[in-house]
Amino acid sequence: MFVALSIVLMTMDHRHQHIESLRAGLSVVIYPLQMIVELPGAAYSWFSESLATRRHLQEENASLHTQILMLKAQTQKLQSLEVENIRLRELLDSSFQVGQKILVAELLSANLDPYQHQIIINKGELDKVYAGQPLLDANGVMGQVVHVGPYTSTALLITDTSHAIPVQVNRNGIRTIAIGSGSINRLDLPYISNNADVRSGDLLTSSGLGGKFPPGYPVAIVKSVEHDPGQSFAHVTATPTARLDRSREVLLVWPGETHALKPAVSPSGDAPGANDPSMTEEKTP
Amino acid sequence: MTLARHHGGGVIALTFLLALLLTIIPLPEWLRYLRPDWVGLVLIYWCLAVPERVGVSTGWLMGLLVDMLTGSLLGQHAMALTIVAYLTLRFHQRIRLFPVWQQALTVLVLLVLHQLLALWVSRFIGRPGPPWFYWFPSLTGMVVWPLVFFALRSLRRGFRVS
Repeated sequence: MFVALSIVLMTMDHRHQHIESLRAGLSVVIYPLQMIVELPGAAYSWFSESLATRRHLQEENASLHTQILMLKAQTQKLQSLEVENIRLRELLDSSFQVGQKILVAELLSANLDPYQHQIIINKGELDKVYAGQPLLDANGVMGQVVHVGPYTSTALLITDTSHAIPVQVNRNGIRTIAIGSGSINRLDLPYISNNADVRSGDLLTSSGLGGKFPPGYPVAIVKSVEHDPGQSFAHVTATPTARLDRSREVLLVWPGETHALKPAVSPSGDAPGANDPSMTEEKTP
Repeated sequence: MTLARHHGGGVIALTFLLALLLTIIPLPEWLRYLRPDWVGLVLIYWCLAVPERVGVSTGWLMGLLVDMLTGSLLGQHAMALTIVAYLTLRFHQRIRLFPVWQQALTVLVLLVLHQLLALWVSRFIGRPGPPWFYWFPSLTGMVVWPLVFFALRSLRRGFRVS
């Protein structure tokens, strides 16, 4: 009887979304377990932070300062470019949205099934996380949220074998799909025709065509391109730019909710808030 | 009447809790693939020791929690552990009489069965076949079985779980 129940459960979980609420409920039950597992690591980082030497902190502070300075310089340029881009797109009559609502989430250290590329993050329904939400880290797209509980949610990485993401080659705009390979540092691009202009070293960015991922974020860098004359498609592999197995902090993005940088708001083109840093919608917990 | 006969349910629950924690505790990358199936081991022990208390339903419940913890398909481990618990109950009187090393071999068979059932399910929903070291957890499970056995037996005797 229990076997039958399990099979029914599995079918429902695989085919339908009916038992998302059951999953959400169970995720509250196992939340304390995950917290207990988290404890040693949290205690360790707390100790190492509170016992860090003054000199070490000063060094870190200095290096962070220089890093901020460099990033600031880069964003200055970016902002002017953004405005220019919007103006140009207005000329072309196409809408473009820059700047998205972002929330920083942290990974829970609990290990999952080593044969599936999933991670648990410490933000859930209470933080308005939704299933299908894109997940980024500092270097690129990481994956998307698949299950949402009240306090935690599970995300699928782009390298999982059941994951595919629409991408385009940054250099010339060729669109294709990158499919997870099951190994943490490789994506497969099975649908690139033999005569397409794709070289190793090309940056692949999200194309936004699937409607789930925001366009323009780096996804992977093409690693190898092999042409087999007998096949109609080339054999292309790519390396994800996001540090899928190392990032502790991840960014949750709400692609729909954008801030004031819409061309419709400032038809004259000199968007007033564009150069104001306070307008960038970046939320920290 | 049950209160008088049954004793030490808390200990059983605690050992299962510990097993669940060990299932998700972070390990170095190479050790992750060797992690024995702690919940399965603890389940087999209690099925052998107190078959009238721990059985198929406990196996199903624990399997469901394992499914949630490891992010697998809901019901996958639940089904596998249910079958493991059933088989253990079916043969518990025979397995109990075995010396520990022979028990370990039986445990190996049960753990391989657990993994096989889980593998069938994941193949059925279209996941690719795992590498050859997928089966290591059963072997490490067999190796740590004597440890689990003696530890839980001393616990059972200490707390007079019956």
